[in-house]
Amino acid sequence: MLEVRYRTARALPLGRPETTAPDRSGILIRPADAEARLTLRVRDPGRSAADLLLDRPINTVAGDEGRWIARLGPDEWLIGTAEYEADALAATIAADLAGKAHALVDISHRNVGIDLSGAHAAIALNAGCPLDLGEAGFPEGSATRTLLGKAEIVLIRRPGPSPRYRVECWRSFATYVHGFLQEAAFGVGHGE
Amino acid sequence: MAQQFRLSRGGRIDRSRPIAFAFNGRTVQGFQGDTVASALLANGIHLAGRSFKYHRPRGILSHGPDEPSALLSVDRGPGRIDPNNRASVVEAYEGLKTRSQNHWPSLAFDVGAVNDLLSPVFVAGFYYKTFMWPRTFWDRVYEPVIRAAAGLGKAPEEPDPDRYANRHAHCDVLVVGAGPAGLAAALAAAKTGKRVILADEGAEPGGSLLHDLTSEIDGRPAAEWLRATLAELDGRENVILLPRTTAFGYCNHNHVALTERVTDHLPTGASQAPRERLWQVRAGEVVLAGGSHERPLVFADNDRPGILLAESVRVFVNRYGVLPGRRIVFATSGASAYTAALDAKAAGAEVTLVDLRLEPDCGSGPARLRAAGIPVLTGHTVVGSKGRKRVTGLLVAPIGSDGRCGGRRLLPCDCVGMSGGWTPAVHLFSQSRGKLVYDAERDAFVPGSSAQAERSAGAAKGTYDLAACLNEGDAAGAEAAGSLERRAFTATSTPTGFQPVRIMPTDANPAKVRAFVDFQNDVTAKDIKLAVREGFQSIEHVKRYTTTGMATDQGKTSNMNALGIVAGQLDKTLPGVGTTTFRPPYTPVTFGTLVGPARHALFDPIRTTPIHDWAESHGALFENVALWRRAWYFPKPGEDLHAAVARECKAVREGVGIFDASTLGKIEIVGPDAAEFMNRVYINPWAKLEPGRCRYGLMLKEDGYILDDGVVARVSPECFHVTTTTGGAARVLAHMEDYLQTEWPDLQVFLTSTTEQWAVIALQGPKARAVIEPLVDGIDLSPEAFPHMAMRSGTICGVPTRLFRVSFTGELGFEINVPSDNALAVWETVMEAGRPYGITPYGTETMHVLRAEKGYIIVGQETDGTVTPDDVGLASMIAKAKKDFVGKRSLARPDVVAAGRKQLVGLVTDDPKLVLDEGAQVVADPDQPIPMRMLGHVTSSYWSANCNRSIALALVANGRELVGRTLHVTTPDGFAAARVAEPVFFDPKGERINA
Amino acid sequence: MLLIACPYCGNRPETEFRCGGQAHIARPADPTALDDDAWSAHLFVRANPRGIHAERWCHAHGCGRWFNALRDTVSDRFLETYPVGAQPSRSIETEARA
Repeated sequence: MLEVRYRTARALPLGRPETTAPDRSGILIRPADAEARLTLRVRDPGRSAADLLLDRPINTVAGDEGRWIARLGPDEWLIGTAEYEADALAATIAADLAGKAHALVDISHRNVGIDLSGAHAAIALNAGCPLDLGEAGFPEGSATRTLLGKAEIVLIRRPGPSPRYRVECWRSFATYVHGFLQEAAFGVGHGE
Repeated sequence: MAQQFRLSRGGRIDRSRPIAFAFNGRTVQGFQGDTVASALLANGIHLAGRSFKYHRPRGILSHGPDEPSALLSVDRGPGRIDPNNRASVVEAYEGLKTRSQNHWPSLAFDVGAVNDLLSPVFVAGFYYKTFMWPRTFWDRVYEPVIRAAAGLGKAPEEPDPDRYANRHAHCDVLVVGAGPAGLAAALAAAKTGKRVILADEGAEPGGSLLHDLTSEIDGRPAAEWLRATLAELDGRENVILLPRTTAFGYCNHNHVALTERVTDHLPTGASQAPRERLWQVRAGEVVLAGGSHERPLVFADNDRPGILLAESVRVFVNRYGVLPGRRIVFATSGASAYTAALDAKAAGAEVTLVDLRLEPDCGSGPARLRAAGIPVLTGHTVVGSKGRKRVTGLLVAPIGSDGRCGGRRLLPCDCVGMSGGWTPAVHLFSQSRGKLVYDAERDAFVPGSSAQAERSAGAAKGTYDLAACLNEGDAAGAEAAGSLERRAFTATSTPTGFQPVRIMPTDANPAKVRAFVDFQNDVTAKDIKLAVREGFQSIEHVKRYTTTGMATDQGKTSNMNALGIVAGQLDKTLPGVGTTTFRPPYTPVTFGTLVGPARHALFDPIRTTPIHDWAESHGALFENVALWRRAWYFPKPGEDLHAAVARECKAVREGVGIFDASTLGKIEIVGPDAAEFMNRVYINPWAKLEPGRCRYGLMLKEDGYILDDGVVARVSPECFHVTTTTGGAARVLAHMEDYLQTEWPDLQVFLTSTTEQWAVIALQGPKARAVIEPLVDGIDLSPEAFPHMAMRSGTICGVPTRLFRVSFTGELGFEINVPSDNALAVWETVMEAGRPYGITPYGTETMHVLRAEKGYIIVGQETDGTVTPDDVGLASMIAKAKKDFVGKRSLARPDVVAAGRKQLVGLVTDDPKLVLDEGAQVVADPDQPIPMRMLGHVTSSYWSANCNRSIALALVANGRELVGRTLHVTTPDGFAAARVAEPVFFDPKGERINA
Repeated sequence: MLLIACPYCGNRPETEFRCGGQAHIARPADPTALDDDAWSAHLFVRANPRGIHAERWCHAHGCGRWFNALRDTVSDRFLETYPVGAQPSRSIETEARA
């Protein structure tokens, strides 16, 4: 039987992440591994679903790297989790929100993640992202949809003191976004 | 002898680091820290270019960004030739190559200088007056000649190998200019802990402090105060100090554009950094401390090489250790030139000063100069200069009490420093839409009321005293940072004040005097007067007619003199004349800065599907559809487009073809009111569509015209899987969101784009079912269980799929939706399974032909934003029972129901081999007189291998009534006859689709 | 580039937004009840004031929400932004005269 195995044989547009050294700017740009993602839309969510907090402020992220939930708008959340947990998580969320009008859509393959870290990571992001990424403007735990050059992205600043960001974009924009970030790291220059 | 005009000591150059660069092939010696201008002057080179119109010899006028004349072409290596660089701002480095411009065959001997003798011809408005007739000469003679002669410098022809960076930055206080006022502002703002950006266009921050050897600030020499201040700012985490960075554009809401020149001062390849960086700064508050520009004096032949601005002489002496001449005459109508004269004298020059003002108006200046051994002639005008490629003397004359000139006197010299007073650099303030007010005491337009959160300080505001500049800067910086703290600087008092003068009084016939107002554009006082006499009274008109203040000058050196002359001619006050609009950029900006990283692969995102690499490795050629790159056709060796498409078309109808339809837009519409929402946005009915079934949907804008189309599947009672056209995906989602949020917020519906979640593999042709049958689990593929326009969920190759039985070809067909990251594996598996059936990959061209054979429309090809459902024969899709949907009311508009609308028909050419041009016009009678009455146009046209003839679709007025009639279609050679037909060319009964 | 205060996200740069033209034009509940003139006025006729203008904006590359704004078309100053369905806190006519 000709068969490929769903969720274990994903061909990622940027390939599987490799361990790379940071470039001269000290910025490490690394395509994320295959992940599951769900978009949740619900108007009156209550406090949480499947232990994911829904009542956090707009443009913040909760959770950890293994499972996170970013509130992108008044009735929109982006959820990331490990591949193998996706189906169970979706079922739990749906059960917890039963009776409430909502949409829970699997967009694991729509989104591509790129992780960015390094002391000057925010400067590199600002090559194309017009937001104020300073400590006050975009503290750890922030998450928002925005732009990077000519592509739309979701930008997440991971909790923790050292600057670590996740850039999420649509699959077909991944090559552009990845290339843009690499050029941006070059543009940061040294001595900064 | 090299650098014979270099002083033995002094200046901020690094004498331990000698450098050499080329000027017109000649080696010029200098030191690290020199500009090209200062190094040229150090070597006694004043002749730096030829003027724009008259090709007059021109020298270096200024030390800064206002330099109008010494424009050089700078060569930093292959692809790095950059014309029109001001010699005064190009930093010299070892190996740099520079050339002067606008002369042939050489700078010293320029044939174009004949224009100077013909100057009576080249008056204001010369172009408008001269090239009027004959009309036929314009295209072939006048325009090519003018184009060849116009413009300075030569654009590079090779691609630019440099890289350019872009940076969005935010700060609480942006300070523009790091002179005394800007530094004080930055200090005050920085102390509050707020985020401060201090940008200065110079290589070294400091402004006038860099060439002020005599002033003290708070008891310390100015240079020492500068060093300490820069160290303090540099040591602060909250301050970004940007040298070599020009604020060139002040946009809305305190969005200020800066260009940082990162590597131009370094030898090529010396730095792994972008050449320039565009800073897009969003500032809470802005302090404008950009200083001021010195005005030239307007007198006969005031443009000779060797004639500089007085303060620029001082800068070359003090900052660069260069004496621009050994015998220098300063000509002035104000106080600042006295300081320059003293500094030049102290450096060893023989100095004379001529002041237009009468002795009693000159204050203590004359006495101080005479005490230093400098002769001072007060109450004297300048009536001309001597010399050609270098000034040799200045003609001066006393002005009697009757205002008449007395006897002329020649002051021999090799350098002149002139000063007609100062003009605040209000460019950025004006760009910010602030209102300028005329200050009579300062004879200048100064910042008035602000339109944005900004304030000016120092010379940019018309304040010239050092202590006043510092205190004003401090107050501005503190205020911008919201601090109430103020400090009081003490500093050496600065001689200020000048008597405004537009044209120096002269004994010569003004009609014959060539006194330049705008050096860069070769505009004389005479030209401006002529323009006014010819009726150009608005300053904006005078500017355009004479070209005063255009190009890089942008009103820097020329503005006030030109305004003053116009005011004088019109007998108006200066504020009555007003000033021209200051437009960005403040100084020239490279295209590279503006483009930034958006080049090559980063110019635009290139969107590709999961199948893209496979298609590429199987020889596909691609076409652009919106940002997508789609496989266009798959030629086999030796095949052209025509042959490949013919083969692909046959393969689909006779066997099976495989097509990547992943770019189709997809929207998951979910919620209890999903069906009601669908009813409102589509023309068709959706309530009764059963889960598991599909329907072709058509969507209108509120004006009744077709917006988009696509197949929709009902996944469950509360979930629809909508597809849109490739190019319409974002537009349709935005359209739906708009209605949902703003018109029908009561509907419980959520929209999610799943365009990229699902890749779509279209399998089309009579053998399609046979190919996938062994791969699919959980779905009964039999025609009875899975009819045309059905959708089932199951797995294919173990991958979850939403399998659509749909067809855009008229054949039995499936569209296999699988998650994108699994699509390539599924595609390859299907290819493998299809091999026994001769499975053929096909591209968008074949897709277009096959659908046209069936008369299926493509939105954007058959429609153009003015086409209704009835126009394309789809009126029957409209749900009659629906009271309302978006666009319904407009379908009853008078012009939409009127007779004579263009309708979709087929066109069958008399010559079956002739493929009509898409867009070709359709007429009833090709022999009618021009202009002919156009009946419509061809929307789609192809060679159809399956029909073995050409086919075409067209929109033709009353087309459906004309079926059977012969019409005529424009061709490159004339007209072709074509019969109007039903828009279906293949399998008109539609039997194959249900196989 | 304008700085626009999204009611949900705060100040954001103009490039994240899409302008949707004049605000407070409700789609008629029953379009068929309108005669041709009234319908064409609804479709095509818009104000183009020199001064305060109520506009629709969408934070397209942000939270995706539509909202309304009062903008001075002369100075490009935003007086306020407010959610769809709400009214501005000030009268447009009063502001225009001020």
